Amino acid sequence: MDSKKRITWIVRIIVYLLVIAFFYWTITNEYFNYITENIDQFKVLVREHLQIVGLSSGMALLVAIPLAIFVTRPTFKRVESLVSTLVNFGYTIPNMAILALMMGFLGIGFKTAVFALFLYSILPIYRNTVAGIQSVNTSLIDAAKGMGFKPSQILFKVELPNAAYAIIAGVRTAVVINIGATALAYLIGGGGLGNWIFMGIKVFDNSILLSGAVTVTLLAVITDYLLRAVEHIVVPKGTKR
Amino acid sequence: MIEYKDITKVYGEDVKAVDDVSFTVEDGEIVVLLGPSGCGKTTLLRMVNRLESITEGDILLDGKSTSNLNEIELRRGIGYVIQSNGLFPNMTIEQNVTIVPHLLGWDKQKKEERYQKLMKLVGLDVEDFRKRFPHELSGGQQQRIGVIRALAADPPAMLMDEPFGALDPIIREKVQDEFLAIQKELHKTILFVSHDINEAIKMGDKIALMKDGQLMQYDTPANILQNPANEFVTQFVGQDRTIKSLSIHMVNDIYSQNKLKENKKLAKQVSLNTNLRDALGAILESKEQAVTVVNGQNETVGSLDFDGINQFISELTS
Ligand SMILES: Nc1ncnc2c1ncn2[C@@H]1O[C@H](COP(=O)(O)OP(=O)(O)OP(=O)(O)O)[C@@H](O)[C@H]1O
Ligand SMILES: [Mg+2]
Repeated sequence: MDSKKRITWIVRIIVYLLVIAFFYWTITNEYFNYITENIDQFKVLVREHLQIVGLSSGMALLVAIPLAIFVTRPTFKRVESLVSTLVNFGYTIPNMAILALMMGFLGIGFKTAVFALFLYSILPIYRNTVAGIQSVNTSLIDAAKGMGFKPSQILFKVELPNAAYAIIAGVRTAVVINIGATALAYLIGGGGLGNWIFMGIKVFDNSILLSGAVTVTLLAVITDYLLRAVEHIVVPKGTKR
Repeated sequence: MIEYKDITKVYGEDVKAVDDVSFTVEDGEIVVLLGPSGCGKTTLLRMVNRLESITEGDILLDGKSTSNLNEIELRRGIGYVIQSNGLFPNMTIEQNVTIVPHLLGWDKQKKEERYQKLMKLVGLDVEDFRKRFPHELSGGQQQRIGVIRALAADPPAMLMDEPFGALDPIIREKVQDEFLAIQKELHKTILFVSHDINEAIKMGDKIALMKDGQLMQYDTPANILQNPANEFVTQFVGQDRTIKSLSIHMVNDIYSQNKLKENKKLAKQVSLNTNLRDALGAILESKEQAVTVVNGQNETVGSLDFDGINQFISELTS
């Protein structure tokens, strides 16, 4: 076993131990009883949370991927740097600031939260899709063209399949970050598990705080695993080494 | 038949990559576009299937101007092979090989028959490779797949841009021989880019030698070697052109001039279709410094020694 592998293993074991210790601590202190005692509210909050994540991520997907495809078409190459600069700039604004800004335009509530998180999710997906498409070997495109592929066939049979890994990686990053960021939606009246987290902070109650925070974390971990499964299905076998 | 008519290509404002080039590739012939780096070989090749636009002039395919044809259909009707094979990593070998038939809408059975036939053509196992991906093949195997993929829809013409350029010398020789054997059966009309004079001599029925976008000489390998049109051709062909010309002539060429020596039973023998380079090798290795020449029926037709080859070559180049 080389040293790199050994270090990975040591780190992994330490992390597992910490997680086990954490759950031991929370469970012996009966912190999660707050969930079972308020199961109805819990269900509502989880549903809200997932709705915000689902809607904002879904919309981001629908905007970012087509936009990335558009700017990588040979005819529109010139707008690529312009669009990328704009999108990158948007991402440098802290998400708290975006929330505040959105409140100014859209007022308070669910819609504002969805819209803000939608904006925030565009960049990772967009950037990875552009990078993925651009990294497809130019000789593949040349071969495809030379054999008489139509532009749409080049996109769907060559560019997207070979960029699939990068695209999914972008989606995973965006969605996982989004799940965490959605906790902030509470601040603008968007609902979700942020409710408990911030209430816990306000009243110094670990039980409420952890019931919210741990659930958000679990949602993120589970989603990440699910998206890995999607990746396994969507990414063509020959492009994985 | 591919006809270049006064072709000029200018990139941007003033990069003249091809300058008023005209020549014709006859049906069933391999024409090698030869010349130093940047002389415009790739540009010249890519104008045929309109991957590059033509600035001036016209290219005719079987008498029809390519500029009037639908771009996509034109390309599907011409095989295209590039140096870095361009196999699609996301597709299996089977999918790669049958991609053009697929685009053309062939039915499943026809595609399958074609796949099997092509794999046998290059001696690759039909089943073993079917579900493999390009990165699971050796460089030589990948390049063979690149070649049969271009042959898949049985196009009459093929464009090949340094198709064997990335292979190491031993594998390259093998794949070249294999390709020549295939061409003997299929009689495709082929444009073949190379910057290697030895490859050009071996592969070409004719050679178009280029320099700075201009056509220096368009002729058979033998004539390019023996009668270089100008100083550049002489230099490009190199000082060892006598030795190179050995590989384009057969023992049969001496036989047909009735210039073989008397029948003799010697330790080593060569056949009539051995090239003179190999024959010379055999002579130098033999104890008697001469070899027996046999015909296709294994009957002795004469013998050959160093003087015989020397005489033949010096008559050619004088
Ligand atoms: N897209 C392009 N834009 C501008 N100039 C180009 C372009 N493609 C080629 N050229 C120029 O045209 C000339 C001919 O290029 P070409 O690729 O045809 O050469 P080549 O003979 O194939 O060279 P090599 O043996 O290195 O492949 C070169 O000077 C090259 O720099
Ligand atoms: Mg070239």
